[in-house]
Amino acid sequence: MLQRSVFWSALAGRAVQAVVVAVVVGIISFAMMQALPGDSAYRIAAGRYGYDMMDAASADQVRTELGLDQPVVVQLVSWLGSLAQFDLGKSSVSGSPIAEELKTQMGYSLLLAGAGLLVSLLIAIPVGIMAGLKPGGWFDRFSLAASIFFRAIPAFAIGVVLMLGFAVHTKLLPVAGFKGPEYLVLPALTLGLGLAAVSSRVIRDAVSEAMSAEWRLFSRTKGLSSKLTLSRHVLRNAALPVVAYVGVQLAFLIEGVVIIESVFAWPGIGHALVHAIFGRDVPMVQGTALALGLMYVVLNLIVDLTCHGIDPRRSKTA
Amino acid sequence: MFKPLSIAILAASLFASPIAFSADKTSVKISAPWEINSYDPAVSGFAFHRLQVMETLVDADTKGVLIPGLATEWSATEDGMSWTLTVREGVKFHNGTTMTAEFVAKSLITALAKPGMLKKAPIKSIEAKDGKILIQMEKPFSALPALLTHNTTVISAPASIDAEGNAVAAIGTGPFTVDTFTPPQGLSLKRNDDYWGDKALLESASYLATSRAETRALIAESGDADLVFNLDPSGFAHLKDVDSVTAMADAIPRVVSLKLNASHKFLDDARARQALSMAINRQGIATAITRFPEASATQLFPPVLSEWHDKDLKPLTNDVEAAKKLLADLGWKAGDDGVLTRDGERFKLLLRTFPDRPELPLIATALQDQWGEIGVELEVSVSSYSEIPKGHKDGSLEVALFARNYGLTPDPIGTTLADFGKGGGDWGAMGWDNATVIDALDKISQTSDASVRSENIATVVKAVHDELPLIPVVWYQHTVSVAKDLKGYVVDPLERNYGLSKVSWGK
Repeated sequence: MLQRSVFWSALAGRAVQAVVVAVVVGIISFAMMQALPGDSAYRIAAGRYGYDMMDAASADQVRTELGLDQPVVVQLVSWLGSLAQFDLGKSSVSGSPIAEELKTQMGYSLLLAGAGLLVSLLIAIPVGIMAGLKPGGWFDRFSLAASIFFRAIPAFAIGVVLMLGFAVHTKLLPVAGFKGPEYLVLPALTLGLGLAAVSSRVIRDAVSEAMSAEWRLFSRTKGLSSKLTLSRHVLRNAALPVVAYVGVQLAFLIEGVVIIESVFAWPGIGHALVHAIFGRDVPMVQGTALALGLMYVVLNLIVDLTCHGIDPRRSKTA
Repeated sequence: MFKPLSIAILAASLFASPIAFSADKTSVKISAPWEINSYDPAVSGFAFHRLQVMETLVDADTKGVLIPGLATEWSATEDGMSWTLTVREGVKFHNGTTMTAEFVAKSLITALAKPGMLKKAPIKSIEAKDGKILIQMEKPFSALPALLTHNTTVISAPASIDAEGNAVAAIGTGPFTVDTFTPPQGLSLKRNDDYWGDKALLESASYLATSRAETRALIAESGDADLVFNLDPSGFAHLKDVDSVTAMADAIPRVVSLKLNASHKFLDDARARQALSMAINRQGIATAITRFPEASATQLFPPVLSEWHDKDLKPLTNDVEAAKKLLADLGWKAGDDGVLTRDGERFKLLLRTFPDRPELPLIATALQDQWGEIGVELEVSVSSYSEIPKGHKDGSLEVALFARNYGLTPDPIGTTLADFGKGGGDWGAMGWDNATVIDALDKISQTSDASVRSENIATVVKAVHDELPLIPVVWYQHTVSVAKDLKGYVVDPLERNYGLSKVSWGK
């Protein structure tokens, strides 16, 4: 009964949040695009026609076609009006419906982010737990050095090194593209290594804190074996900060993959957003920002519910 | 004894076969920097044309000679005011619709309404009549057939456009049809078995847009793509040593040049522009940055554009002392910090360029240094390339650095007319109206008489060379990496066509 009410109240709270996020993000991204220097008709024409065909006449044509000479407020109101009807409009550059572009690009980005996260957890969880069980031990120090190393190297460099090792020299995997599961491995590994560098430390700290907590001593005193203490109490307690951190990381990751997407020619949303900003493709920027904003809301919801599942006491105190 | 072995071999070959045979030998993979954003030929015609999904009415061979495409013949009336093109019979679009003159006219009218090559011709009307296309002109324009080779004039099926006029599919007539399209990165193609001409030798092809040059070089080396276009200088040098590919470079009519605002008070005298040209060490830039020393420009139009290249023209030279003297003659004196001043004003210019062609910002900084030697202070702004046409229009542009393709069509008159004609052009002269040149360009565009043409081309070339409204820096080389076993690939210097239908695998 309690479980259920928690679920619905969380959902209702987040639904209100979603609507607020949609409107605020739409207005802010619109305002920011307006504030950027440069004439947007010229930028859009450049994005469409390329430097061999783009000229002042094509920019003027774009201005008329898209109604860029209308007052800014009229343009914003018309976007909000369409949004109320769940219509994100069309891309100024490609002319295709934003919803369609987002579906493809968001799908590829989520796939890459999810795979990257999975790789990072496969590395970070064992490494973090091993390091956290013996803080200050040789493994802890070694994993700290590795973490600093992978955090310090730009993702771009990690990607190129992996391409050289796994694709060019051994030909085990393809260099770049997106046509099959084998294409996902290298970008996911590039992402995963960078993420694991931080999350392994978060896990290590959470585990080491749990290991030194008084309740752990109590559980050992009451007669539980060290193995059972670890699996029943330590990991459960250590999981809380880790889940919260991973949730934040995933959202950050989806927009943070820009470089990895361009290095590996992956048709994702980060790459698309950067191009949309360069091309002053306002509807596309708004649509992308909106999608990312809503995803934060959904992720928060998932993190809330997961944390509640791990530690049901939280909702009573809240 | 025999059986287990043969089973093992069979099993091994089953595992090996997808990679070794079927995938590699009936398909070709292409990688290039250009993303394909849309189905609209005005936006993505370059890709659909190069990949042979769509075709033009007039075609051109690798020497730039016009040959029949979707039109079998074309001719103009005596006065040059009207063109008639005969539409090829028995051509089917990829969706099975038969191509008629009406559909062709509709496709051209759509193209004319959007930015593209047809806009460069004085076209009054386009209509279909008795299976032919009739194009009425406002004034004679002899290069119309050459413009009709351009990728913004490709013919697409009526079903490519929805009721609101949006491009919703890429339905052409070429030897390949679109299988899947994942904008902006990928396009995969299938052979069109109903093609009207010689059918493609391979069953399928795929295209991957890879914006980063480092990735493209690695893709070429690993064999993930068989044809890789536009390699960066270091990637090209490296691929020359890789056994599995052939790295080719071919001169193309693209030129890195500086556009100068000739109405700017520092630049309105031709001697000032000549001095700036003399201060440029083109050989150094071509050796160290673009890495093709033979491609340092001695005049605007490169040798590959044979009709417009004049072998007897005195080459542009690097002479810092002569440059300093020219500027001294114009009243410029070196100030305390070495920068020239005149009437209390410093010789300071702002150069606009863009990063889409990675060598441009590098060349800009080299120029900053070289012009510094003669006391000209150059500030470099790297931004969107649209800042250049914008600065041309509002008059704020001082200097711009870009790469201009004079080979968009086999006859560059459409481009040169736009660049050096009346009022100059966004990517051409600025504040430089030369009546002789304008008159000569008009004559070239209207005549089909070879001697009148060459005489007037010589006039234009000489005036542009002497007065330098544009200062050429280096000519371009088109670089391609081709898998060793891929047969039949020919570099197209006009970058119109990848020639995929003619490539095949062999030893």
